[in-house]
Amino acid sequence: MKIVVTVKLVPDPNAEKKIDAGSKRLVRTGIETVLNPYDEYAIEGALKIKESLGGDTTVTIFSMAPAASKEVLRKALAMGADDAVLLTDPALEGSDVRGTAYAMAQGIKQTGFDLVICGGLADDGSTGGVPGALAEYLGVPGFTNCRQVEVAGGTLKVQRETDSGYQVVSGPLPALVSVTMAIGEPRYASLKGIMGAKKKSIATLALAALSVDGAVGGDGAKTEVRAVAAPPVREKARVVEAPDGAAGARAIFDLLKEKKLV
Amino acid sequence: MQATMNAGLNFDITAEQEAIQRLCRELADDLIAPAAEELDAKSEFPYDIVAKLAELGLLGIPWPEKYGGIGADTVSYALAVMEIARGDASVGITLAAHTSLGSAPFYYFGSEEQKQRYLVPLAQGTTLWGFGLTEPGAGSDAGNVQTRATLAGDHWVINGAKAFITNSGTRITGGTTITAWTGMRPDGRKEITNLIVPQNTPGFSASKKYRKMGWRASDTRELSFVDAQIPAENVLGGRGRGFKQFLDILDGGRISVAAVSLGLASAAFEAALKYAKERQAFGSAIGKFQAIQFKLADMKMEIEHAKLMMLKAAWEKDAGRDYVMSASLAKLYAGEVSRRVCNEAVQIHGGYGFMDEYPVSRYYRDQKVNEIGEGSNEIQRLIIARLLGL
Repeated sequence: MKIVVTVKLVPDPNAEKKIDAGSKRLVRTGIETVLNPYDEYAIEGALKIKESLGGDTTVTIFSMAPAASKEVLRKALAMGADDAVLLTDPALEGSDVRGTAYAMAQGIKQTGFDLVICGGLADDGSTGGVPGALAEYLGVPGFTNCRQVEVAGGTLKVQRETDSGYQVVSGPLPALVSVTMAIGEPRYASLKGIMGAKKKSIATLALAALSVDGAVGGDGAKTEVRAVAAPPVREKARVVEAPDGAAGARAIFDLLKEKKLV
Repeated sequence: MQATMNAGLNFDITAEQEAIQRLCRELADDLIAPAAEELDAKSEFPYDIVAKLAELGLLGIPWPEKYGGIGADTVSYALAVMEIARGDASVGITLAAHTSLGSAPFYYFGSEEQKQRYLVPLAQGTTLWGFGLTEPGAGSDAGNVQTRATLAGDHWVINGAKAFITNSGTRITGGTTITAWTGMRPDGRKEITNLIVPQNTPGFSASKKYRKMGWRASDTRELSFVDAQIPAENVLGGRGRGFKQFLDILDGGRISVAAVSLGLASAAFEAALKYAKERQAFGSAIGKFQAIQFKLADMKMEIEHAKLMMLKAAWEKDAGRDYVMSASLAKLYAGEVSRRVCNEAVQIHGGYGFMDEYPVSRYYRDQKVNEIGEGSNEIQRLIIARLLGL
């Protein structure tokens, strides 16, 4: 079975970030590029399936990113993925969610897959829209927000997180799933993995090799960022002081009543 | 610019070296630093952490794969020890002593059979091993070994004691390689031999752990030998070669001790920098005051300097060059830097730095031994002076 894990390369989540007022894009200069932390959960989920199935199951990392970030994918290979494919083309710059999902779908079709696993969202854009759109463009069922993914006898069985619990859903392969952090903490790359990663292949794919109709990149974007604003500063919390617990509870109750919340 | 075989001076580390360093940094931040305070307070050996390091291959970094190791270079190893020690110096020295003192003698001097039998489980991290050189009455004067071993038929009988032996009494310790006096040489000096003493040897015992100022989570014990018997074949590297062998081992060990000092100094520096940005006094963060700024600038400068010295020594070792001078310089300088940096880190914290709740108080206790262990500052200066032909 061939598992493809989609990985986005994002600016270090711990770095301080700025938005460029002109382009309304994140300023990436001076910030290290890393694997999207949510995608590390997707890699973990894929490696777990590979371990449970054994045999000839492979895990391929698929990323759409500038060519310069290629080596960042090495970490995913050190964790245990078998190889990687980087879809890279200057024409892809400025792609929105739809354009990204469309271009990736063409690349993943070419790479071949039985199961695509995505992280729930990207740390930078945080739209969470790509997995659903990708499933659509791949023409396969999409199972989002999965906390557990099992493959047995060519059938997929997942647990989908909901606000009140989880749903157990089954479906056929090929398919796409997106996973939540409940899939399990991403493993550390072992030293053997790190040393072995340099021998693994990272292939690059350009748009010319795919059947893409041109509706990608900034020109093909159907969305436009009109304005960028910082979230409103929260009002200072009101501290209720009272001589004892009962009086405090009363004061808070009165406050809630005044706001018509009780 | 044209790439050539000899690219000249280059400060870039390789992708693998960087990945190993990054992994160790993550481990330090995720697992080691959060546990350090409690391990120190309880003087508890970090079994869980050591098991994790073993699982990831960190207990066999420099040894070839055929001996259970990773086959990475000295630069990778030094960076790994530095980052692990940044999480906790006790864990750093556990790793450094395990590799450079416990395992290295088997790799460099062991027979193929000894490598398979002893080095493989050490590299895989299922067992730890001690290096018994220091004695209660002989530290740097290691040629004056008092522990006596006599060959009696098919076994050695050992009597004596060893002091301050790291990793010698944990639940997973497999034994200790010791130096012992095995006869007299024609020149009238003692013949010294390295002997392999498994943990379950009758007549051999490891005392309870020392109570220490710092490095409290590391396992340090006194060993005693009362008619302890080991098989005659438990000689490492040939009879009478012990003195030369342990000198060679100590040369390599200095790089990793420099790494422990550097990791500790980095942790103290980071804590002080963070505190200087947060702590308010006289209407601003104390980091706005020049008195504090200059301290932090000096700390940064010295750490950077010591790191370059450590990496140069490691690089020389990897290149197969003579690294004795560089290793000694790096060990000496990094130890002194860790003292100054940890001292200033406490000073920047003021009264809070004296409180156990702040890690800098532990760093201050942990740093002192960097100037004593594996050749004190004075011995390093002696080595350097001798290499200068004095």
